Parts: sequence; C-alpha cells; structure tokens
Amino acid sequence: MPTPVLPLDALAAQVRDGASVTVQKGDEADVPMALAKALVRRGVRGLHVITLPTAAYPASGMMVDLLIGAGCVESVETSGISLHELGAAPRFTQAVKAGRLKVVDATCPAVYAGLQAGAKGQPFAPLRGLIGSDLLRHRSDYRVIDNPYTPGDRIVVVPAINADVAIFHATRADAEGNVWVGRDRDRLLAAHAANTVLVTVDRVVPGSFFDDPVLGAGVIPAPYVDAIAIVPGGGVPLAADGGVDLAEVRRYQRSAASDEGFAAWLRDEVFAPETALTA
Amino acid sequence: MNGSAAPPRPEELYASVIAGLLAGVRHVAVGMLSPVPGAGALLAAELAGGTMRVSILGSHEHNRWTNGGAELFDLAGRGGVDAFFLSGGQIDGHGNINLVGTGAYPATEVRWSGSFGSAYLYFVVPRVILFRWEHSRRTLVEQVDFVSAPGRSEPGIFRPGGPIALVTNLCLFGYDKARGRFQLRSVHPGHTVEEVRDQTGFDFDVDGEVPTTPAPDAERLALLRGPVARQIAGIYPAFAGKVFGPLRAAAG
Repeated sequence: MPTPVLPLDALAAQVRDGASVTVQKGDEADVPMALAKALVRRGVRGLHVITLPTAAYPASGMMVDLLIGAGCVESVETSGISLHELGAAPRFTQAVKAGRLKVVDATCPAVYAGLQAGAKGQPFAPLRGLIGSDLLRHRSDYRVIDNPYTPGDRIVVVPAINADVAIFHATRADAEGNVWVGRDRDRLLAAHAANTVLVTVDRVVPGSFFDDPVLGAGVIPAPYVDAIAIVPGGGVPLAADGGVDLAEVRRYQRSAASDEGFAAWLRDEVFAPETALTA
Repeated sequence: MNGSAAPPRPEELYASVIAGLLAGVRHVAVGMLSPVPGAGALLAAELAGGTMRVSILGSHEHNRWTNGGAELFDLAGRGGVDAFFLSGGQIDGHGNINLVGTGAYPATEVRWSGSFGSAYLYFVVPRVILFRWEHSRRTLVEQVDFVSAPGRSEPGIFRPGGPIALVTNLCLFGYDKARGRFQLRSVHPGHTVEEVRDQTGFDFDVDGEVPTTPAPDAERLALLRGPVARQIAGIYPAFAGKVFGPLRAAAG
C-alpha cells in the first residue's frame, strides 16, 4: 500500500495539540519550514519539541524559534538552539527569559541514545559522561546505575524517546512512498523511533529508489512513512542541496527581535500567503 | 591581504598554539562555530604530513561520516577521537564549562544556546582544548553558574578524557588534571602576566618565569595562508576572508 499523499494542511492536521514532535538539526535539506508555517496557521498548541539533537543551524533554529514565538510550544528538549553564526534565536531566548517556555536541557549523544533505544523498542540506553554535571542534576528522567557487568562502575541511563510525531523535509519521494535522504542517517533514526512520521518533499519521482542500489542505500522505506505532502520549496530558506539563504534568516532574525516585528513577520510570511491563496 | 611576509594576525597565533597542542594526534574533530580551532587542526594536519585525520562539522571535505550525527559520539566512546575543542559562555578555574546561561537555572538571566555534546565528549576525548577569545572576568570566572560539563570527576568515574589546555586571546593555560587547576604556560606577545591576572576571575598557578607564546614561524604562516586558508574558506568564508584576505581565501 503506497504512502498517502496529502495536502499540506491535512498533513499539519495530523499533529495534535500537546504532541511530542522530533525535528532535525538542519545541516541537510531536512527542515519542514512550510509545514511549520501550516502548524502556526492551524494554531497548534502545547507541543513538546525534541530537537535531534540541536536546532542550531540557521534554518532549523529559525523554524523552532518561529514555533516558539507563535505560541505553539510548551516545552523543548534540546542540546542547543541558535541561528548558528548569525547568533541567538530571538524568540527562544525571549520566551525563556519571560518564563513562558520549559527547556529540558540535554546533550547531543543523550538525544541520540534515547532515539536509538526508542528505535529498538528498548526502555532505555546507557551513556558515558554526564556524571557531575548540572545537566544530569536537573534531569530527573536520567538515572545513574551500577554497570551490571562491572560492579562499582557507575553509568547514566537515559529513557527511550518515542515521539508522537517526527516531522521533516526531504527533496524527493518515489511512487512507492519511499523517501530519499542520502547518507543522512538522522532522518532515518527519527523515522525508526517516532510513532507517526510526516514528511514534506519537493517532488515525487516515478518508480522505486530500490531499483537503483546507489539510491537504495539512502532511503527511508515507505512502511515507516505515514503521510507525505508534496511542497516544492517546502524547506526554504534551505535549498535542496542543504545550502541556506542567510539573507532570509537574517531578515527573520531582525524582525523577531521585537514582539511587534515578529507579529508583522507572521502576518506577512505565514498568514498572508494563505489569504492570497483563498482570495 | 596578507602576504607570507606580513606579521601574524592574532588568529594565526592562536591557530599555531592549537596546532602545537595537537602534535601526535591521529584524529581530531572540530565542532560547531570553531573557525580558529578548525584552522589550528588543519595546520596540525599539514605539519603531520598525512598522519592526522581532521573531521570538521559543517565541512564537506572533512566530513567523512555515514552513520548520522551519532557516529562522532559513538566513535569517541570507542576512543577513536583523540582531540576536540570546547568553549563556554563561562569557564571556571576547575575547568567546568557553562554553555547554558547565567543566573539561577532554569530561570537564567541570559540564556545561551545549550550544552551540545560537551557533557559527553569532555569525558571521553583525551585531549580537549578549551578556547575563549574574550579573556575577561565575565567569561573566566571562579565558579560557573551552570555546569554543562565538569572539568574533572571523582575517582571511579569512567573518564579517559578531559581538558588539557585553555587558549585565550591573552595566553595559554595548561590544566593539571590531578589538582583540577590551570597553570599559566605562556603569555601572547604584547601582553603581560599582570594583565592576565587582572582579567582572570579565577586563581591559577604560575611556575617561575612565564615565557612569551612563540609566534608562528615562516613555514607555519605559509601553510596557514596557503592550504589552511583554502580549506577553511569552504567552511567559514567570512572568517577566512577576514583573517587571510579575500583574494587568498578565494584562491583555492
């Protein structure tokens, strides 16, 4: 059975209020910006966003910042949120300062370990490091256990992460609903661990990626993918080759520096396009 | 534009110091937002003549991974990453680093981006080089407000890794793992021990006469302004243009 292909708004409707949602780190063409804007238009509330493991490249930072600024996010579990070399993510830092956002601080390999456990259906994963950090002290869900094979060796365990939804962008899917991600194993991991996988793609190509062994090595098989929306340019300001339109992110950063500027940006960049379409 | 005869820029001095700390390393990895460490690692690799692997996040040329972002951490856990770089909004005299923010967590007064991989890599990478290009009492403090990653661990905790040095815009500190303290190893040209003392918020050791940090010699400057500039421009074009000059950075 091929993966259902839905309109963007129908895809967004699958993300329920209060859902836990994984998002990717944004060094590939993996940021579903158009979907995030559709979520803002829908007025989704109470999301628990989990960044895999950070949102600290320009486009990924911008997308998470935008969701936070628009009031969609109750808490965020992350190892880092920023606009990369452009600096801090303005709505994120503002929301933390105002006490409107719960931040669950993590470290990158702990997020990976949690996802890996989740992908295997295991309850937790052990991880070196962390002992003696305030990061561990503030994470009641991270525990320290005695290594059962070497008594006296203390080691941290982190709980499995099985998000309600994984959302990401990819350049292309095929007619079977397989999604090509190349060597980016992070989207594959997210798809293996989440309970529902929603993907936007620039285009759908005929045939099956599995007919070409080179392409087949970089595929999320269709059975992991619950629904696809075809959104050409759905990752903009991230291009298909992973390059980012920094001018666009800078413009966002300047606007989002103030409440008024952010409201204007939302009006022009998120709500106005829809008005234009329905007019 | 910097010809090879032009005097070294500060960033070239720091990169040269970093290269010196990487002698003998088989695999050095460079994380996010680390152009100077990247240049230092590439210089070290040039000096090592093909015996050193350099991995740089955000690079195409130096990013030979096929198992996602987890692979760096997995390999480091196996002892396959010999050196890494960390910084902090605050670094204290025990080598604790803070990448989260100032004030009483979680109601931080200033919120930074987050701890990234520090709480793990600091434990498992044998040579972690700390860097901070603003050497002040604001950044180098007696006690960090939040420990993203501790400088040292209690006996019995698995900890093959940790800090070996802290490079700033004023000086090079070594780190005494047993005592959990920094000691002043050299002061950069144009600066003094007194200045370092004035600008440092933590207590550190000074052992006798403190030498001046050696400036990069002609060979190192030629490597920095040639192959290193070409490679770093592919990752940090703005940085490469500023430090090595626009023509030189674009020349490769």
